[in-house]
Amino acid sequence: MWDYTDKVMDHFRHPRNVGTIEHPDGKATVGSLACGDALTFMFKLGPDGRIAEAKFQTFGCASAVASSSALTEMVIGKTVEEAEKITNREIADYLGGLPDQKMHCSVMGREALEAAIHNYRTGEENVVQVNDEIVCTCFGVSKAEIERVTRENHLHSVEEVTNFCKAGGGCGMCRDRIQEIVDEVNHAAAAAPAPEAQPKRLTTLQRIKLIERTLEEQVRPVLKKDGGDVELIDVDGDVVRIAFRGMCAGCRSAALTRDNLVAKALHEFVDPALTVEMV
Amino acid sequence: MKTVYLDNNATTRPAPEVIEAMMPFFTELWGNPSSMHAFGGQVARPLEAAREEVADFLGAEHPEEIVFNGCATEGDNHALFGVAAAWGKPGTIITSRVEHPAVLGPCLRLREMGHTVVEIGVDGEGLFDMAAYEAALAAHPGPKLVSVMWANNETGVLFPIRRIAELGKAAGATVHTDAVQAAGKVPIDVREAPVDLLTVAGHKMHAPKGVGVLYVRRGTRIKPYVIGGHQERGRRGGTENVPYIVGMGVACRLAKAALTDGSELRIARLRDKLEAGLLATCPDSRVNGSRTHRVPNTLNVSFEYIEGESVLYHLSDRGICASSGSACAAGSLEPSHVIRAMGVPFTAVHGSIRFSLSRYTTEEEIDYVLHHCPEVVAEMRALSPFVKHG
Repeated sequence: MWDYTDKVMDHFRHPRNVGTIEHPDGKATVGSLACGDALTFMFKLGPDGRIAEAKFQTFGCASAVASSSALTEMVIGKTVEEAEKITNREIADYLGGLPDQKMHCSVMGREALEAAIHNYRTGEENVVQVNDEIVCTCFGVSKAEIERVTRENHLHSVEEVTNFCKAGGGCGMCRDRIQEIVDEVNHAAAAAPAPEAQPKRLTTLQRIKLIERTLEEQVRPVLKKDGGDVELIDVDGDVVRIAFRGMCAGCRSAALTRDNLVAKALHEFVDPALTVEMV
Repeated sequence: MKTVYLDNNATTRPAPEVIEAMMPFFTELWGNPSSMHAFGGQVARPLEAAREEVADFLGAEHPEEIVFNGCATEGDNHALFGVAAAWGKPGTIITSRVEHPAVLGPCLRLREMGHTVVEIGVDGEGLFDMAAYEAALAAHPGPKLVSVMWANNETGVLFPIRRIAELGKAAGATVHTDAVQAAGKVPIDVREAPVDLLTVAGHKMHAPKGVGVLYVRRGTRIKPYVIGGHQERGRRGGTENVPYIVGMGVACRLAKAALTDGSELRIARLRDKLEAGLLATCPDSRVNGSRTHRVPNTLNVSFEYIEGESVLYHLSDRGICASSGSACAAGSLEPSHVIRAMGVPFTAVHGSIRFSLSRYTTEEEIDYVLHHCPEVVAEMRALSPFVKHG
């Protein structure tokens, strides 16, 4: 059996907000019977401009039902502008996490939300961009969608992309193309000057925040894959003090990780003058 | 909460008689049968007695045609790689599209190694395409291995192994069958079905996990797969797993008795009751696979417009153990290759549920499932965007 969290099982066993709304302000269906999961999501705004009601119907596995149920709880009470900022990661986090192979369920939730908001604004039923390259024909996943999940979730491999949006999980013919796209995205991310890194003079607080963000975005995902983590202890002038946690704590290669991963990332995104110490 | 175990094609409850017979070989008779001392040597006799029980169960003429191994995947690997290795040159493997991964995996590998692999399809009922098979036998000169399952693990559909073996032999092929899902459910007799190689798994017939059998007809050209010592007459190296082999012998004796004492008829009656009850109480449901050419214990049913993993979790909450060919339940994104090979419509592919019974299944348990399953299906349908509500 899957290692589902109690919260996933709770939302699966007792899904919230199942059903339909008579005259919804926004409505969309994503996925299909052929793909193995599908979600119809709709919402209605209250007089205060906030989402007063949200309902769903889902065809899919336990985590698909739970992700849909979680989504409805998350959007109620939000303005459309607030709701559209919800990421798939936040849906997964709301449930206490999802197994890697089930992350695509959270992506389906985010897609349905976006499509319903699009429907609310334009009245269009469908958000598929006709001129967008369809990369995975088995599951109908576009290049734009692959780029997006790669960027938002810091993905590096085809396998990860498959876990998040199913692309490449069918016949496998598109796996090379997916790797190209992932490489392009990551290359662009690495080459792009991090906007916050450019200002000549950062205040101390800005600098610490940027260090924290760099650790969060560039370092932590890599360590987490091996069951490790990193914590920022202190910043003293140009000296950054960190501590490795989890599997990384006491790892014999910790110094290598510090130099090749942590220092490199901080040099690139914050300041080449920084030195990193382990405490 | 009670447990209703209807997942016997995945694994079975070890029979109490089997476990009881095994115990002394853990506690007292733990010697090595190859030893040149009486303490070890005394376990060689029970080992050979088990071999005779298995030979009797399969209709093998000679006990030495029975090779004990670790599991059916090993047996299938031994059959496929062992025969291909004995050719010493590229040959052709003819198999079916609905085999277990223990056969499909080695076939992929053999293709990479330069052999030709031909996969025979099935029709909408899951029945073997005999015409395509005969054509494949005729189309490929040179060394040939036929590897076709006796019964399908997902649908329980039976293939006409006797005819398949006769045609294969007539065309000069070596013939292997994975009989894992047939053993103990229908009579198996290698005197009637002239296969050269046949795979059986202990844990699918009330022996524990960790023991299997490859039947190797005398005169079959096959090389060992696990290479090492002289055990099993050089066909499978490794110290014999004596307690499990003893258990396998008892399991075969019990299975043989169950095939003649009416147990299988009782299982078939319970399965049919489950089938009729579910079809009657769950609208938009369909049976996958032939209902006439099928082992007596298996029911594969699709509940349209809902997804299998969700159904399994809800059944599990009620203590009911079953399995599904749905993609999610398999931990993959693609639904079962068996269900797809049969051309089952997409509305039904993801909602396929397999119930598999055993001789320990009771009528009360079937009634319990018939009471609870329809409410699970109705609950899931209430969630489904593909069902017209109200």
